[in-house]
Amino acid sequence: MPSDTDRRAVLQCLGLAAGTVFALSGGILTATPLAAAATLKSKPLFVQISDTHIGFNKDANPDVVATLDRAIDLVNAMPTAPALVLHTGDITHLSRASEFDLAVQHLKRLKVSEIHYTPGEHDVTDAGGQEFFNRFGRPSGNKGWYSFDHDGVHFVCLVNVLQFKAGALAALGDEQLAWLKTDLQGRSASQPLVIFAHMPLWTIHAPWGWGTADGDQMIDLVRRFGSVTVLNGHIHQIVQKIEGHITFQTARSTAYPQPPAGDPAGPGPLKVPAEDLPRRLGVTSVRLAPLPTLTNATLA
Amino acid sequence: MKPIQLMATALLLAGAGAAAASPAPASATIPIKAFMFMPMEVIVPVGGTVTWKNLDGEPHTVVSLDGTFRSAALDEGDSFSFRFTQPGTYSYLCSIHPQMRARIVVR
Repeated sequence: MPSDTDRRAVLQCLGLAAGTVFALSGGILTATPLAAAATLKSKPLFVQISDTHIGFNKDANPDVVATLDRAIDLVNAMPTAPALVLHTGDITHLSRASEFDLAVQHLKRLKVSEIHYTPGEHDVTDAGGQEFFNRFGRPSGNKGWYSFDHDGVHFVCLVNVLQFKAGALAALGDEQLAWLKTDLQGRSASQPLVIFAHMPLWTIHAPWGWGTADGDQMIDLVRRFGSVTVLNGHIHQIVQKIEGHITFQTARSTAYPQPPAGDPAGPGPLKVPAEDLPRRLGVTSVRLAPLPTLTNATLA
Repeated sequence: MKPIQLMATALLLAGAGAAAASPAPASATIPIKAFMFMPMEVIVPVGGTVTWKNLDGEPHTVVSLDGTFRSAALDEGDSFSFRFTQPGTYSYLCSIHPQMRARIVVR
């Protein structure tokens, strides 16, 4: 039986437009309202920003720079600044140099010490993804995938937008999976893992390409860890799944929403009434409490 | 700026099933609409030019599997043309949405 406090917390959560906190404890999620999260003592570990689509200018959002700026302001206004921002791809809409430059110019306003980028398929439509790798390829030696440790958490940046076969889901590829196996070898299973890539690393809707062909092989490599958080973008809405100690979550875009999987409208930019747009856009912040804990905030 | 005069080229739509039976047009336009290349197979003679035009609000690319041709990201209303000088079957896809695939037959 849930206590009155729990029930009240859930009701508050349902009525709150600004977001929900998912507290992860031993792989089990409990929801608490964002208002309560503001008083939590633990510091933010990082913020996830996704699908900024700089260059998009159609009806679904004619000013994606303005909504990115609002997202940046939201992060900069957090009581304690996060150390890191992870951008989970589709920085740009058409992989153009001018779009990357504009995105970087605005993202520089984030008051954080590091921003990590993984490319979306929109960022690598030029042959080889040169515009992306010229700017963000250094940490990975132009591979795209790399890892680093921060605050005791092991972060793994993966790329699942460069390898694909006709008619199939995009893939990580054997070279990247072999690298990941080596990267995780010998690590204590008690170290929290945060894995981020653009496309969902589990299949949400194959007909729309919302998945990763060899995502299961990645999941097998991380299954032994006690706390795994897998963050993706691409679908411009939050879909969450828990499997054992693994929490999968996709992010909202800062640019425009997309319909839910399988909607007759098909994938692509979704036009919603202007007053509803901020509620469909947002960022995710993650804190250690003491394991990574997700908070989704909208721009509304 | 002096306007550039382009020779008017009739861009004919190749019929999906009928293309194989009728003489192949020298040029073809393939609209990209609702995440599909239509029609999915187009036949052109050697020297024929194919033009793809994106009518979706979402960008698409036109990328041949063997590397013969590759467009930049085509925003809504953008076009990409390629002239085929070698006979063969060219399978291609949209690298943004690899579930979108089609082919050009040149003979």
